[in-house]
Amino acid sequence: MKYAYYPGCSLRESAQEFDVSVRAVMERLGTEIEEIPDWTCCGASAAESVDHNLSLALPARNLALAEKAMPGLDVLVPCSACYLNLLKLQRNVLADKSVMAQTNALLGDEGLAYTGKTGRVRHLLDVLLNDIGPEAVRAKVEKPLHGLTVAPYYGCQILRPYRVFDDPERPSSMEPILSALGAAIHPWTMGGRCCGASLMATHKEAALVSVGEILRAAAAAPPDGQEDEAGGGADVIATVCPMCQMNLDAYQKQALREGGLGVAGRPVTVLYLSQLIGLAFGLSAQQVLLEKNLAVTEAFREKLVHPKELSTAAVTTA
Amino acid sequence: MKTDQTHPAPDEPTLAMDAIRKSLQPCMQCGTCSASCPNAFAMATTPRELWRLLQLGFVDDALAAGSFWMCSSCYTCTLRCPRGLPLTEVMAALRRLAARCHPEKTGDNATFYKTFLDNVRTYGRVQESALMTSYFLTMKSPTLPFAFLPLGLRLLGKGKLHGPSGTQKGRLEGLFNHAATQGDRT
Repeated sequence: MKYAYYPGCSLRESAQEFDVSVRAVMERLGTEIEEIPDWTCCGASAAESVDHNLSLALPARNLALAEKAMPGLDVLVPCSACYLNLLKLQRNVLADKSVMAQTNALLGDEGLAYTGKTGRVRHLLDVLLNDIGPEAVRAKVEKPLHGLTVAPYYGCQILRPYRVFDDPERPSSMEPILSALGAAIHPWTMGGRCCGASLMATHKEAALVSVGEILRAAAAAPPDGQEDEAGGGADVIATVCPMCQMNLDAYQKQALREGGLGVAGRPVTVLYLSQLIGLAFGLSAQQVLLEKNLAVTEAFREKLVHPKELSTAAVTTA
Repeated sequence: MKTDQTHPAPDEPTLAMDAIRKSLQPCMQCGTCSASCPNAFAMATTPRELWRLLQLGFVDDALAAGSFWMCSSCYTCTLRCPRGLPLTEVMAALRRLAARCHPEKTGDNATFYKTFLDNVRTYGRVQESALMTSYFLTMKSPTLPFAFLPLGLRLLGKGKLHGPSGTQKGRLEGLFNHAATQGDRT
């Protein structure tokens, strides 16, 4: 399997650990990824707020480059905001010929055109689940994450507004992958809740409330009858979005102090799904750049070094 | 009936407002959007109230309320709207309209997004450290940088802050210029 790879700006900046771990994990899974040459910003969540033309032209330029250099290949996108921008553009262009004409008129100066005929826009999680599959992931596991409870956090833009590979209200696509790694799933309903996104820059007080609620739910003991292995909430939140990761990871102290109801919470490690997969594949903490994450707890490190003995129950369900 | 000579062509903001009102016309005020919005608690007018103001033509009140600046683009309202209205896109369209019609009132809110795109225009790919520096300089708030200082220091310690990379610098200049000449008719 080969993909045209669109890392996006964050993966070159504060989310390097996402880029590095995606590349390492995809290589181990026998998947080839080739970066789109000369790619530029997709407009993130800012372009549509400022200039409608740019919200079309910026993602279109990248898809046009992929179409030119790697015709027919699906475009693999790890970042949720980039994924939605590229997907939305592709859908709009395909649905309306006038949008295609308007968009390509904007790209004409560079001699580029996006016809939308080749290559689907795919999120990393979609590819892991549907192209590679949990069984192929399980086959590569060398250090199962036994004893680790993971809260799968999906955020917004891979789920909504388009229903592509998961339920936008009750997402569960990460669970088969995490189970294949040997991890336990934290039962919660906050996986699709918004982290506040760029409100963290413009209206921090509002974003801190959202982050506080998500962190408390991750750390909380599950309701009776749904006891997770840790018995007291998740050890780690798994994310697939650089903005969710930064909001949940970097503002923990403030969010638990200021955001919401003043209920006590505790710090939770927040890793990219690809970092967790890498660790389970036997990559070292250095190889998945674990030192770049801000809120890695001692309890989490301890569980990585001393994973729980493989129980018979785990073997039979595995 | 007025002739074309006395009836000037509608300007861009008018066309944009017409498009917004047209897309909100089928709203039946059920309130699913407000009930679904994770940021409604922080809005001066809830999404449902905002649509109603626009339906009734109270455009200045809607723009002055500014609640569209509190939208985090989570698309829950769009997903759940029983009429299938593109509500998140309307929020973005209102931001563009507010920034054009009342730049003096939307300064602080619009600044981040405008600074973000200026950064993209300059560097081709977002350069986070340079973006935040320009944001602080444009906001001219002496206290704002301090709110982000502890995080900045932690990111610095983790080697997550970098000087701007020039690999794609100026790459999008032509595209930005071209887009600006096309005008916004959405």
